[in-house]
Amino acid sequence: MRLPALAAITTGLMGAALALIFFYAPTDADQGFSQRIFYFHVPIALTSYACFGWGAWKALRYLRTRDERADLESYVAIHQGVIFGALTLITGSIWAKASWGVWWSWSENQLVLFLVLFLFYCAYFMLRFSVDAGPARARMSAVYALFGVVLIPVSFLAIRLSQKFIHPVVFNSHGPQMAHSQTFTFCVALAAMLALFATLYQVELAGKRIDSHLRELRELLA
Amino acid sequence: MSYAADVAALTRKDLLLELRAKETLPAMLLFVLSALTIFHFALPHGTDDKASLGLLWSALIFTALLGLTRAFVAEREQGMFDALILTPADRSAIWLAKALSVLAFLVAAELVALPAFAAFFSGIDGRTVAAVALADIGIATVGTLFGAMAVAGRARELLLPLLFLPTAIPIVVGGVGGYLWFLALYDAIFAVLSWAAFEYVVSEV
Repeated sequence: MRLPALAAITTGLMGAALALIFFYAPTDADQGFSQRIFYFHVPIALTSYACFGWGAWKALRYLRTRDERADLESYVAIHQGVIFGALTLITGSIWAKASWGVWWSWSENQLVLFLVLFLFYCAYFMLRFSVDAGPARARMSAVYALFGVVLIPVSFLAIRLSQKFIHPVVFNSHGPQMAHSQTFTFCVALAAMLALFATLYQVELAGKRIDSHLRELRELLA
Repeated sequence: MSYAADVAALTRKDLLLELRAKETLPAMLLFVLSALTIFHFALPHGTDDKASLGLLWSALIFTALLGLTRAFVAEREQGMFDALILTPADRSAIWLAKALSVLAFLVAAELVALPAFAAFFSGIDGRTVAAVALADIGIATVGTLFGAMAVAGRARELLLPLLFLPTAIPIVVGGVGGYLWFLALYDAIFAVLSWAAFEYVVSEV
């Protein structure tokens, strides 16, 4: 099966990432030890975007093909995206507390964007659970998921407009402003997070599929 | 019938319904005036104009929400959605007509709200009026689509604010900051998206 292999890869990558983060990556001269949360926070945030993007892609697939599996896959991807999004908010908050002394900073664009996205995608579940299961629900969820990926850049632009920019800029047009050891650690951490998403996605999908099969069997028996 | 004729007929139907029943617009007018009065008492003395301008935008968004919640009530209660879907009209014409009637209600409410705001708080400049006009288009297009989604669910009135408010945040940013180009961009993106997506929201099986 694919799942055990994926889980094994994830475990290996996660172990490697943790080892690199705590023992290999140099301590930041300015922020000290607390800067290491960067290797969790940013990969989690990027993974969350990947989840929302994947969910929207599956939503588009659903609208094209009317394949019920695509609807379920879109839902599971967005569910994972919301979980990673919540983790982004939590890790971002901790980092803000450690480096600026406040739990929340409205001038931190990424955090504010994640708050907006978190609110938006939580409403996705309200929508989904208030409509009876069926093609109508699948279509509406798909349309809403597609609105989400359009809202990401629009909200980002809005937040950029609305405030001054004090978030530390690590990536800019001159490439990452990091030492090679930091870049390497970051890439491994990102790969580990993406692998974690892939594993959790497959696990939840398998569970949901078993659930729906069971439901069908029960209906046949009833 | 052509697309434009369909849209015109459907819009006329909505406006005529409102003219006879007078359900939505008086409620929106009363709501926006009460909200502005509340805001007057909520603001401490000596607050600058920027703060009150922010409150104007929250009042407008919530008033719009009130209108959007009512937008599909007739369709839902009279089972008119099925009838509309059966007509040979393009589905997006239903959306465009509803968005136009919502826009008309919004503009009518603001014709009262903006002078009232100018009288209660501070004067408003042309830029704010232009921003409000641009924001109305965005509110009407996205709100109509989400309104059609919300009436399909069990939660209905509860669901629409949850769907609409996160999407309306950029409108508030653009409005308070007076970024007209940003509001125009928002309108263009979401109008096209809503126009294309409406078919999937209302179609049967």
